[in-house]
Amino acid sequence: MSLQASRRDFLKTAAAAAGAVWLRNAATAKPAEDQLIDTNVYLSRWPLRRLPCDETARLVAKLRANGVTQAWAGSFDALLHRDIASVNARLAEECRRHGSGLLVPFGTVNPKLPDWEEDLRRCVEQYRMPGIRLHPNYHGYPLDDADFVKLLRLAGRRGLIVQVVHVMEDRRMMHPLLQVEPPNLKPLGSVLKETPGLRLQLLNVKSPPLDLLNSGNVSMDIAMLEGVGGVGKWLAEAPAERVLFGSYAPMFYFESALLKLKESPLTEEQLRAVRCANAQRLLATITS
Amino acid sequence: MSFEIWDVHAHLSGVSGTTPEERLGQLLKYADRLGIARLCVMMGMKWNYDPTPEFVRQSNDEVLRAIRAFPDRAFGFVYLNPKHTQASLDELNRCVRDGPMVGVKLWVALRCNDPRLDPIVARAAELKAVITQHCWIKITGNLPGESTPMDLAELAARHPQATFSCIHTGGDWERGICAIRPHPNIYADINGGDPTAGFTEMAVRKLGADRVLYGSDAGGRSFASQLAKVLGADIPDSAKRLILAGNLKRILQPILREKGIKV
Repeated sequence: MSLQASRRDFLKTAAAAAGAVWLRNAATAKPAEDQLIDTNVYLSRWPLRRLPCDETARLVAKLRANGVTQAWAGSFDALLHRDIASVNARLAEECRRHGSGLLVPFGTVNPKLPDWEEDLRRCVEQYRMPGIRLHPNYHGYPLDDADFVKLLRLAGRRGLIVQVVHVMEDRRMMHPLLQVEPPNLKPLGSVLKETPGLRLQLLNVKSPPLDLLNSGNVSMDIAMLEGVGGVGKWLAEAPAERVLFGSYAPMFYFESALLKLKESPLTEEQLRAVRCANAQRLLATITS
Repeated sequence: MSFEIWDVHAHLSGVSGTTPEERLGQLLKYADRLGIARLCVMMGMKWNYDPTPEFVRQSNDEVLRAIRAFPDRAFGFVYLNPKHTQASLDELNRCVRDGPMVGVKLWVALRCNDPRLDPIVARAAELKAVITQHCWIKITGNLPGESTPMDLAELAARHPQATFSCIHTGGDWERGICAIRPHPNIYADINGGDPTAGFTEMAVRKLGADRVLYGSDAGGRSFASQLAKVLGADIPDSAKRLILAGNLKRILQPILREKGIKV
């Protein structure tokens, strides 16, 4: 076995171990039908205003009070900070200190910064993160960027879930000095063909292209899904296993995502899929 | 804790149905799932930024059909294009004075600080109709006739006897709330934007809970995301009660009483 192959095996093993830990944590919390996995929360501070639950302890209390059994957490610091290693270190530590395993850290990587491969390595090897959360618009690259494609390839090899955040806020209401265009999702289709097996989740996407959800292992969250009965209507179009619960708390009122599940007439099976089974399947794939 | 919920802002859109009655019926099925008792419905099945008087009349006819099919669940607001002053006054009389509608909807045909609105607002106030004005402050640029909360503040200052709701609270709600604060006859309608946490708390802090209205902007928006702005807010239950129904009931009471509508 070559040195390179052996290292790849080690990294895959590290990611698999991380996935297994988080999966076990989620599974032991409550019976399957009572579980709720929130795949889209943030820690630290939104740069432009204080939010009611931007203290981690308060966010944890809010999530617990609403029955969340696991929450995949990124950091608002990931948007503008350049010392990404420190952002991820604080995120991992904050998740460890609060919530007794409720919070699962999803570190960020900015492939336009020097030495980003080291940030990725730390996410996997040092913090045992099961996935990473990317912000292409804040980090300034389109979705066919060569460094981004390389990052996806490496993340895929390491068995990570990759979350790509489409927008952080409504374009119409952005701060005049911080206007960030949402990335065009179209190139993702061909990019995914170059990264077979990659588990990719789109966050904060209002209407993802259906062909994208139908190609490869691409899923989405419901935080920005809108319209009356939006979740039910979307499930009639999209593959049911690709829609995951995500609240985007504390930026959004957590109750928005929860009430969306109540607003749509969903079957028990659909509810279980969106609330937890689809997220568990993503975690489980890491361990397989 | 369960609350009585009245929604100040809904449309006949985003749901299936080829008639206004079918569409409102569909909307109410979703509203029922979240315990929403009443909807204020405005504009018809097709929309136009700068409609002709004929288009406006057709639009209001559709709303009239819808609310007549569900008289215990829906109120109608008359849609007007203030560029056509006399036609607007005629439509106000037809739908509010002589019809069942209880409010006015103004959208994006003309900025609302324009003096052409004055006779319309004066007439609406005589009829005790609540005036809802779309307002947005877009960093990407407003439409030519699209109003801001600052425009509405000018209009409200000229008509202290009229009651206004600032739809979307300007979208950019941190500025919108501040712009309307000095005018007690303007209510903040929190519908339509993303359910960004802190919005309702700031509105209550700056305006008082008795000047904030729940609305959804359904069916383009979900009832869920907009209700969350109130149910998820860090405010007392007494404030939620006012925002979800109490304030709207209070401002509609004069016209409902005049029309003999008991709620």
